[in-house]
Amino acid sequence: MSAILEVRDLSVSYGAIVALKGVSLSLAEGEIVTLIGANGAGKTTTLRAIMGLVRTAGGEVLYRGAPTRSSKTHQLVRDGLVLVPEGRIVFANLSVQENLEMGAYARRDGGVAADLDRVCALFPRLKERRRQTAGTLSGGEQQMLAIGRAMMSGPKVLLLDEPSLGLAPIVVHAIFEAIREIHRSGVPVLLVEQNANAALRHSDRAYVLETGRVALEGPSAEVAANPKVKEAYLGE
Amino acid sequence: MTTFLQQLVNGLSLGSIYALIALGYTMVYGVLRLINFAHGDVYMVGAYVGYYVSRRLQGREPSIGSALLVMLVAMVVCGILGILIERLAYRPVRREARLTLLITAIGVSLFIENAAQLVFGPDPKFFPSLAPRADFHFAGMRLTSEQITVIAVSVLLMVLLRFFILKTRTGKAMRAVSFSLDAAKLMGISTDWIISVTFALGSALAAAAGVLIAMQIPKIDPLMGIPYGLKAFVAAVLGGIGSVPGAVLGGLLIGTSEVMVVGYLSSTYRDAIAFGILILVLILRPQGLLGRVQKEKV
Repeated sequence: MSAILEVRDLSVSYGAIVALKGVSLSLAEGEIVTLIGANGAGKTTTLRAIMGLVRTAGGEVLYRGAPTRSSKTHQLVRDGLVLVPEGRIVFANLSVQENLEMGAYARRDGGVAADLDRVCALFPRLKERRRQTAGTLSGGEQQMLAIGRAMMSGPKVLLLDEPSLGLAPIVVHAIFEAIREIHRSGVPVLLVEQNANAALRHSDRAYVLETGRVALEGPSAEVAANPKVKEAYLGE
Repeated sequence: MTTFLQQLVNGLSLGSIYALIALGYTMVYGVLRLINFAHGDVYMVGAYVGYYVSRRLQGREPSIGSALLVMLVAMVVCGILGILIERLAYRPVRREARLTLLITAIGVSLFIENAAQLVFGPDPKFFPSLAPRADFHFAGMRLTSEQITVIAVSVLLMVLLRFFILKTRTGKAMRAVSFSLDAAKLMGISTDWIISVTFALGSALAAAAGVLIAMQIPKIDPLMGIPYGLKAFVAAVLGGIGSVPGAVLGGLLIGTSEVMVVGYLSSTYRDAIAFGILILVLILRPQGLLGRVQKEKV
């Protein structure tokens, strides 16, 4: 399988603080890959660097075989590389409907209406609340909106940053179901999670990030069976 | 009572001018979190562009049409000026500390003021009469045609702006950018483009205000942007900086209170009232009348 997204030896510094020290990972068509690790391990920074939202100090990102260095964030999104950011960041001052429209902002193809139907089918709650401002939604609904909004961008690769953060278990379940559904429709997913249990259960392969480095990688079942991972991340 | 109503009309007319300028402050603050101190100077340039276009039109009968043409040209020229200011001065330092951006804005303001004295000359110029003048009497009040023009044009521009921000794709993207620059980028929105559009719109509104005030006063000079710019800034803060309806409300309140103070107390306090209000706002309601409290994220 050839990688649709490949990260090679990526380094990022915030001033004197080194956040990533040469991270390499890849995502192939048809995969769900998860990136787990403790707070501050560099998970969010990895995703932000892939999207061009932080400056990289070294290494490179290849999307569909081409380096992304010269592309701006919004151009990557237009090419189908889409991130659901940490903390959801729905536009609280816009209505649910307008948030979804913003997801499709850059699209010129005719698939927008069909995607809106898909989002509404996947998250009926959003359809009911489409006239409400997004700021009035609950945390779970905001996460649904953030994912729905990303679906409206017509993603060819979907990156998700902590989609389960701060949500009730039943909502977490619904969110993971939605991610599987998007994956089934043919979109490879790179999933960053603190909820290692759920992430490993729902993924093909996993990377464990520790203080800016990949400490362990492999098929999710193997990673989950690793004694160190069990102790540090799965609470067993 | 009649005096009061008369003062109210005068105040709303002046307030509309402040509101038009305040909109530019608040929109730019919305997308960049920057107080664009050069904004008052763009308003001044608008008045001068109006002046030079009017001189070209001289010899023609004053008409509403030529007044509109003058205003339109001034708005377009200043729209471009606004885009250039952002491209050349603010964009290179956008990633630097907030203070760098603020000092840059003050620098741009000083640059435009001094360049204007060089190019336009330091002496005041008299703005030619553009539209036929008339006075209307209504319930004991005297309404000048300039006042009616100011209020009508301002209302029209504000309605158009409101429609643009609420209903168009670019307007929605502006609101998205003002909520979160990064999240907007993640929607595939070219934030640079949206920021340019914001500067163009704000500057065009300031230019309209410049022409409107020049028609009324009718004297223009290269430093005329300072008092109007400052008071419009106070208006934006009073309404809640970042809030578009707030800028309009703030502008009308500042204009009305200024006229009332001059009318009922003394013209000595003309400028004191705006800054008195600013101090009170900062103490009592720093987020402004319609502003939202920004919650700090943990």
